[in-house]
Amino acid sequence: MSRFAYIGFAIAGLFILAAIFAPFIATHDVTAQNLAMRYFPPSAEHWFGTDGLGRDVFSRVVFGARISLEVGITVVVVSSIFGTIIGAVAGFYGGFVDKFLSGYVFNVFLAFPGLLLAIALVAFLGAGQGKLIAALCVIGWVGYARVMRGQVLKVREYDYVLAARALGASNMRILFTHILPNAVQPLIVQASLGMAGAVLSEASLSFLGLGIPPPSPSWGTMIEEARQYFSTSPHVLLFPGIAIALTVLAFNFIGDGLREYLDPKQRSR
Amino acid sequence: MKYRLLNFTRQLTLMLLVIWTVVSLVTLLIEIVPGDPATVILGETATQEQIDNFRIKHGLDRPAFFFSYSGERGFVWNGADNRYADYWGGLLHGDLGNSFRTDQPVRDMIFERYPATIKLAIAAMLVAIGIALPLGVLSGSRKNSLVDNAASFFALLGISLPTFVVGPFLVYLFAVKLGWFSPTGSLYPEDIVLPAVTLGAALSAILTRMIRSSVIEELGEDYVRTARAKGVSERMVLYKHVLKNGLIPVVTILGLQLGVLLAGAIITEKIFNWQGLGLLLLEDGIGKRDYRLVQGCVLVISITFIIANSLTDFVYRKLDPRIRLS
Repeated sequence: MSRFAYIGFAIAGLFILAAIFAPFIATHDVTAQNLAMRYFPPSAEHWFGTDGLGRDVFSRVVFGARISLEVGITVVVVSSIFGTIIGAVAGFYGGFVDKFLSGYVFNVFLAFPGLLLAIALVAFLGAGQGKLIAALCVIGWVGYARVMRGQVLKVREYDYVLAARALGASNMRILFTHILPNAVQPLIVQASLGMAGAVLSEASLSFLGLGIPPPSPSWGTMIEEARQYFSTSPHVLLFPGIAIALTVLAFNFIGDGLREYLDPKQRSR
Repeated sequence: MKYRLLNFTRQLTLMLLVIWTVVSLVTLLIEIVPGDPATVILGETATQEQIDNFRIKHGLDRPAFFFSYSGERGFVWNGADNRYADYWGGLLHGDLGNSFRTDQPVRDMIFERYPATIKLAIAAMLVAIGIALPLGVLSGSRKNSLVDNAASFFALLGISLPTFVVGPFLVYLFAVKLGWFSPTGSLYPEDIVLPAVTLGAALSAILTRMIRSSVIEELGEDYVRTARAKGVSERMVLYKHVLKNGLIPVVTILGLQLGVLLAGAIITEKIFNWQGLGLLLLEDGIGKRDYRLVQGCVLVISITFIIANSLTDFVYRKLDPRIRLS
């Protein structure tokens, strides 16, 4: 695997540990305000300085990892399960089912550009972590479904599937015990890239005021709050910005590294 | 010819089917608003009379769809007198309804702001091509060199850095420190530079990777070997032969990314207070809970995206005879 992938694993591991042990790592209460200490630069007391309400930026960035990864992992798990099932059904059954799912349903969900569907859903449903996760799952599943469908179409023609069928195995058995395990590799790649996408989308929606509402320390919300005072207190925006960039970069590194590792054709390039 | 016509009809039918579904979904989105939209818009202090008047004025008192279902009454057929049919009727006449807040036609509000967004998206695309083309070619033609590694790292960094981090940073550097541009607004022609660079940064990263891998793939083809054997200079091989073929998949990405740029413009427009469709959707639509305006904006952006995708597909087929004939 490439060097970048190992760097990705290291950074992602660091953020996951920070998220798990956030209460032990954070040096201050994340919601505790101290108006006498607004926009203090980084110091020994406040490693990343303080924000516009005098809250400790370091502690908020650490707890922000928890929110980002919580949203990211939930979105990846839910949308990958849902997408895998739909994609497998489309690829395995073929015919009208495939035409309807991949030719029509997939296209409908792909017809909304990027974040727009999530923005529209949150606009109508209202902000909140649960609704944000639901909106991101609605836009996320189709990526897994397409990958899975492609894999199933390929794998179902292999001899061992034919052999299983000849031995009288049921459709469900063939799908779950023979096809799915052999189609899982590209899904892992898709999941790590999907994780990067979900973290970025959560931060984007929170930045737009459509995600996790304040005072929760979401990185996107922190950046939105800090934006106005960037020229005088850049640290308030910089640290959550670096945290988002590093997390997304890490999962992109992992995804890219795994893709190369699992696909020998890519490795040679 | 017959096959081509059949294929074109099939593509067109699929496009119309997708547009119909997207319009239907967007039309029915208002039904997922928790509670009564009239109360949400007018606030808790509104009197029942005000709420009733608002509902009648915007047709919210009428059924949402051809049929409805409730636990007590089961399925009820509502006939053609419903909001869904109304919206479609209006849409076919180019009417997107009136704003819940200002009573202005949503179509006029959108068309007033859409040109600014399209201008921004095109400028961002030009920035992206300007960065990605030389970087991708350089990186692809010198595989695994220092330049290639640096370009690959830059590309991944570009994809990972969110617009809302790049934007304020550019404002700080070029507006606050250097004073070259104004930090926000869309009054002067040069005001487009910072938003376009911000929006185009991520796309330039994606394009660089795409061009790089395309160049590497084409360099391994037989025709390149033939050209080299004939004594064609490396420069000519790269620019006349490799780029001509290698850019075909890039065209697809550009077409697909136009829609992503239109949607991504929402964040950039917010950062730079760029008076485009994204800001209209965000501030006047979502911010003021003007659901009719949100519906209109989402619809116009989505339909632009669908049409851009279909056109890209068409151009792609025209450019690559292998796809046209397959």
